[in-house]
Amino acid sequence: MSTVESRGAFKQADYKSDVKPIWCPGCGDYHVLMSFTRAFAELGLPPEEVVVVSGIGCSSRIPAYTNCYGFHGVHGRSLALASGLKVARPDLTVVVASGDGDGYSIGGNHFLHASRRNLDMTYVVMDNHIYGMTKGQPSPTTEPEFDTALSPGGTGLRPFHPLVIALASGANFIARCFSGALNETAAILVEAIRHPGFSFVEILSPCVTFRPDEKEWKNLVHPAPVAATSDPAKAARRIMTDDGFNIGILYRGDRKPYQPAVGTPSVELAELEKDFEL
Amino acid sequence: MSTPAHPKISTAADLFAAAYQIEADAVARYNMLADQMETHNNPELVHFFRDLARAEGIHAEEIRRLAGDIDVVAHAARLGGWKKGESPEEVDLGAAHYLMTPWHALQMALEGEKRALAFFAGIVETTKDPKIKQAAAEFVEEEAEHVNLVHRLLRKYPEPPGNWAEDSDPPIAQE
Repeated sequence: MSTVESRGAFKQADYKSDVKPIWCPGCGDYHVLMSFTRAFAELGLPPEEVVVVSGIGCSSRIPAYTNCYGFHGVHGRSLALASGLKVARPDLTVVVASGDGDGYSIGGNHFLHASRRNLDMTYVVMDNHIYGMTKGQPSPTTEPEFDTALSPGGTGLRPFHPLVIALASGANFIARCFSGALNETAAILVEAIRHPGFSFVEILSPCVTFRPDEKEWKNLVHPAPVAATSDPAKAARRIMTDDGFNIGILYRGDRKPYQPAVGTPSVELAELEKDFEL
Repeated sequence: MSTPAHPKISTAADLFAAAYQIEADAVARYNMLADQMETHNNPELVHFFRDLARAEGIHAEEIRRLAGDIDVVAHAARLGGWKKGESPEEVDLGAAHYLMTPWHALQMALEGEKRALAFFAGIVETTKDPKIKQAAAEFVEEEAEHVNLVHRLLRKYPEPPGNWAEDSDPPIAQE
């Protein structure tokens, strides 16, 4: 089932703004931006019908670089903003951009409830296992042994497992991508946007400045060996046991998206006010 | 999700359009890298990437001229995609670094030219159409010349010392 049909009337360049990105040369987010614009063009979405919402961080600069409606929100609150927007304007295609710091730490609670709520929108997290913009602090997905001046000896903490958490919380579509695999990432974003409900796409996007070791990711990623399942138990087992570099659509659920009626309050305000009269 | 390795080349118009697109994509990619270097204050590379973009732009215009009545821009838009999502001369964005040197830029360019050469050589090998074969062979010659040119430039810009990426004022000490 598809909520967004391909119309094919727009080019990739139509979704790019004139603002030049300031990401570090070599950053995976450049490819993510191209995947966004490629996916929007593939879907033929009129730019004025797309909204890119973000929080704070390197990844969250994406609304400035796209020529759609955009909202560069506050730290960790992109999903809250996007949820309100989608409830009020269900006709718009809402894509949320975040990073592992913004999305899994300060925004972690919103992630759980946005997955549970299952509004029809797409949540893209560019995961580089580090806080890049604030210069290299460990994030919730940083490996426990990652040893720097900011985390001497490593944090020793078990990393957050976003895909399993999304699945357990009720996300309706779960995929993992690698930023450097442009075609595959764009194709998965197309599928994610089309799939009804809350779609979660984690994109492994190397931070070449604070995690130069992540340049190796391009040699570690590999396609998921089996097709996506709609069985959450099977998906959980697969995701829990993979090596973290399995690329592809991993889960396609069939939960009905949440979309409350808008514009017609069931109770008149005057009636409500009566109940509060002293 | 499977994409063919390159656009299907069934006519001479397809070939000219693909050749044009390769060069046009290279222009956009080099300009993008020049913009990145501008943001990160590496003026030598700004000029270098702009020069590479200009050179590719000249190639693109030459192909447009050679194509005669074929509207290569419109035709290229109808061609299929590239397996890796990028055409052969779209150099690897992931290989960029804010302290990179002309040698690094030339290494990127060399890989791109080699990929373009391999693409046209593959057409020469596989096509049964004599017109396409002849035109593709000419593009092979052209790309081989570009590979040689990059090799010559590499003599002017030798490999930098191993500490080229050391920043005396780094973003933050990580050790």
